Amino acid sequence: MEVVNSIRPILAIGVSLLAACLILLTGERARNLREFWTILAAVVKFSIVMSMVPFILDGKVIEYTVFTIAPGLSIGFKVDALGIFFGILASFLWIITSFYSIGYMRSLNEHAQTRYFACFAIALSATMGVAFSSNMFTTFLFYEVITVCTYPLVAHKETPEAIKGARKYLTYLLGTSIGFQLFAIFMTYNITGTLDFSHQGIFGEARGVVSDTIIIVTFILFMAGITKAAMMPFHGWLPAAMVAPTPVSALLHAVAVVKTGVFVVVKVVVHLFGINLLWDIGLGTALAYFASFTIVAASVIALTQDNLKARLAYSTVSQLSYVILGVALLTPSGITGSIMHIVLHAFGKITLFFTAGAIYVAAHKTKVSELNGIGRQMPFTMAAFTIGAFSMIGIPPFGGFISKWYLTMGAIEANQLPIILVLVSSTILNACYFLPIVYAAFFKEPGTAHHNAHAPAHGVAFAGSHNPHSGHKLHEAPAMMVVPLMLTALGTIVLFFAPDFFLDITKIALENVTGGK
Amino acid sequence: MTTQSPALLIIVPLISAILCLLLGLIRRGLCYPFVVAVLGVSVILSFDVMGTVLNDGVIRYRLGGWDPPWGIEYMIDHLNAFIAIIIASISFVVAIFSRKSIEHELAKGKIIYFYTIYLLLFTGLMGIVVTGDVFNIYVFLEIASLAGYALIAIGRDRAVLASFEYVVLGTVGACFYLLGVGYLYSVTGSLNIMDLTLRLPELYHSKVILIAFAFFMVGLALKIALFPLHVWLPDAYTYAPSTVSAMVAATMTKVGAYVMMRIMFTLFEPYFSIKLLPVTTILGWVAAAAMIFGCIQALAQTDFKRVLCYILIAEVGYIVLGISVGNRAGFTGAVLHILNDAVMMACLFMIAGAIYYKTGMRHIYEFAHLHKKMPVTVTCLVIAAISVVGVPPTCGFFSKWYLVLGAIDARQWFFAFLLLASSLMVAIVFFKMMQTIFFAPAGESAHAHIDEPHKEHKHSRDEAPASMMIPIFIMVAGILLLGIFSGQIVSTVIQFTVPKGF
Amino acid sequence: MDTMQFIIGKFNYWIYIVLMMIGFYAMIAKRNLVKKIVGMNIFQTAIILFFISTSSKKGGATIPIIQGGHGDAAGHVIDAAQYLNPLPHVLMLTAIVVMVSTFGVALALLIMIYREYRTFEEDEIYETLEVMRLKK
Repeated sequence: MEVVNSIRPILAIGVSLLAACLILLTGERARNLREFWTILAAVVKFSIVMSMVPFILDGKVIEYTVFTIAPGLSIGFKVDALGIFFGILASFLWIITSFYSIGYMRSLNEHAQTRYFACFAIALSATMGVAFSSNMFTTFLFYEVITVCTYPLVAHKETPEAIKGARKYLTYLLGTSIGFQLFAIFMTYNITGTLDFSHQGIFGEARGVVSDTIIIVTFILFMAGITKAAMMPFHGWLPAAMVAPTPVSALLHAVAVVKTGVFVVVKVVVHLFGINLLWDIGLGTALAYFASFTIVAASVIALTQDNLKARLAYSTVSQLSYVILGVALLTPSGITGSIMHIVLHAFGKITLFFTAGAIYVAAHKTKVSELNGIGRQMPFTMAAFTIGAFSMIGIPPFGGFISKWYLTMGAIEANQLPIILVLVSSTILNACYFLPIVYAAFFKEPGTAHHNAHAPAHGVAFAGSHNPHSGHKLHEAPAMMVVPLMLTALGTIVLFFAPDFFLDITKIALENVTGGK
Repeated sequence: MTTQSPALLIIVPLISAILCLLLGLIRRGLCYPFVVAVLGVSVILSFDVMGTVLNDGVIRYRLGGWDPPWGIEYMIDHLNAFIAIIIASISFVVAIFSRKSIEHELAKGKIIYFYTIYLLLFTGLMGIVVTGDVFNIYVFLEIASLAGYALIAIGRDRAVLASFEYVVLGTVGACFYLLGVGYLYSVTGSLNIMDLTLRLPELYHSKVILIAFAFFMVGLALKIALFPLHVWLPDAYTYAPSTVSAMVAATMTKVGAYVMMRIMFTLFEPYFSIKLLPVTTILGWVAAAAMIFGCIQALAQTDFKRVLCYILIAEVGYIVLGISVGNRAGFTGAVLHILNDAVMMACLFMIAGAIYYKTGMRHIYEFAHLHKKMPVTVTCLVIAAISVVGVPPTCGFFSKWYLVLGAIDARQWFFAFLLLASSLMVAIVFFKMMQTIFFAPAGESAHAHIDEPHKEHKHSRDEAPASMMIPIFIMVAGILLLGIFSGQIVSTVIQFTVPKGF
Repeated sequence: MDTMQFIIGKFNYWIYIVLMMIGFYAMIAKRNLVKKIVGMNIFQTAIILFFISTSSKKGGATIPIIQGGHGDAAGHVIDAAQYLNPLPHVLMLTAIVVMVSTFGVALALLIMIYREYRTFEEDEIYETLEVMRLKK
């Protein structure tokens, strides 16, 4: 495999760090300039990431080692197909979220916006760092940076609940990552003498030298330590983190943070342990069943949640385990489905979170039971919600269908019929907790109590001010918010009809993993 | 100059201590620049010594030209030279810090004496490090301790009482050490470490040697405040003046740990300390208890400096654990942690000093919204805290990295787990602090609203003066750079300090 | 008989241990700070005694003062058995200096404590501290 030396990965990481500094320096005095830095950094970052794509499609790998601390222990970057995949996703959605954030923060007149945008930029830098890191040590480093710099975002409101939620967030993430993940990294280094990711795993030769028990323990420690993937029983932080402002929930807790978690799980499974080894020991199947449990259990809990964001959070918990399930099947289709699900779920879920935020800004509603008839008031938002929900359920022609298709194929390849059952039942459950919202929003009569009673003064009337069908006043969130959410909704449809770009990258990633077989 | 550097390391500060007193009589203001200059020279000397060691190997300097084992010999290898650089650099930086802090906390007339004793303390610490003679170590240990007692006693509140307690326990520790020397001498007739190394192996099964070893260990454990012999430390270091806390916390315990390493692995061979006796096992468990105990106690404290003191006790536990696992990685971790911990503790105690200087606040619960008043200081505090917790790329991570690897190599899973668990507990300690600083409880801010002008005053930006901030910056830069370059430090220096037989 | 011989034969060690324990007891058990440092002093003295006693020899050995010994030592034949080992004495001179300074520092601290609390009794000092804490 051809290796290209380039500092582009560092540029991709550095640009938003630089932006964070500029944001802090600009401060509250010149808000437009401050927001300009965010947008500029987002666009530049995306173009840097895209500039690396041709190399990857040519089957090359971009590498850059910053410095070596000890043999087998360095801070270095390697952009391969899997990494670029995640990089494109996160940097693209950052652009959209930036616009949405500006709309959201300004319409709610939130405090400490400078801190908010700066932390956001740092979080994105760290996400790029995870995507492009060449070894487990660098990954861990950026993993922790994400945890620390998203803490102020979660605690943004500084109310007692926000601080409590943020504390839970930090306790879960930091506690498990230091207690389990770091320990697992130490074990890995002790067993293999290196932490560098290798396409076929680094544990292969170690088997036989150390007992299987130690390898199994290391694997379990990794899985318990990567709490960002929100696998049960370590999922509690995600609903708790919903106290954050909605753009944070949208980008970080549907894309950057949680996807970092599953991305690292995928990396650990395929690039540290290697498919063959896990297949031989039988750990893949065990992980698959574990993930299946999370998928079903989280969906059931989601049914009981009345808070819209909490419902979305549990849905995220469930959907994240799809990714883990896919890779745990250890079959080509399973892994393809798993990687594709990272991007497809991201588009769908970010749409849903955006709509939740828009509803909060425009109508100050957070509960599912209050949403009766809201579709007439906010047709664009709720249309996007419907698209997102359909994608989540996996109905064609929306993106979510593709990954579910591949996951099911993977389960068949692996001869795991119970897994298919899990996928089917979870689809039904998804429908059960999303469709009532859609139904209520469009077809139920709004309750009198919620009849625009608390329409906020700063809400902006959208386009036409009257809706001839219902007589309700159109009352959308600001265009700065509605346009992004329409775009991501559109994205899920586009991805159904034109998934080739992402599928091509996935194919290369898969070839790397299986060694071209 | 180079050939005389080992002796100059001690003579320069010793003579300067007296000169400082005389200079102070002429003009009080001269003391500060003089001390800083002297310590600057010492830093250069220590680097010079390290350079010689790196190029020409171990230095064996005969004091006054007397041949060992009769005369006193200064033996400097990679380990001493490394520790000497740490001590000299920390003392230098803390001395820069001292100016405003001392003017603020001490009566005017005491400043001259402060600087004189400060130099004496430095002399003592340097002496312990460079000498290659067990009795000479005792003498320098007492010089350093006596200077330490005096410096701590000039602090506030209960400082005198704490210092008295320290005198009593410190003397017991020193006496135990002296007894150990006596037993060794009575069977070997020698005091020179290199000479003793050759003579001791045939006596390894003698009871006298065992007793000597036991006395050494207990005496040193008292001096480095190893749990459960730590009782003197929290009071003494909490009530001492900020500068003194920064200096002694960063250096005294480290030097004690160095002596422990020397005795366990140079004076006695690793074979004796690891295989023949269960010393390492006992030390390992004691160290593990120290780590956990220190962190738990730190959780319960409200005084910032006292929190740091208990963390220091835990950090001593780390170092001793690294020594006790008895393998290459563990020892590397212990030596690296001596460096890292010295830098981190100096940094944190100086930050505590800067906060006290500007606001008079000592308790963490008073720190609410401190980041609005002293944003730069708080940023430094965050970086130092991250390092103590052990998050990469700060230096604290890398020494823990080697320590945990050492524990795993020794198949001591429980110790490895405890190392991580105590990191977590330290994380909780600092997290609580950060939460108070950044997101103070509502009651606190409501209180501030009542007194509007007071609030204005509280929240307007007001950092400590440059003479305090620059040393803190140096230390923060050190925390980051030492982390990034820890690989180079290990490969150029520390790997040569690992005793033979590991 | 063996036990007796063991005790009597090494009487110097027994004396130093007993002295040391007396000192140790005073440091731990006495509530008066002055008594504590007196105990500390006894503790140190015991060690000095131990060092000195190790240098002694049976059979009338004496201090090594050799007339005309300097310069042409080769001309004199020195029988080591006739002289005491001088090194422990030298070491103890240093140790005594250390001891005296420690004692001095401790006494100075006591004066400061007395100025602050008007007492040497530990219990009373802690009472005063408690009262001060409550006043705050």
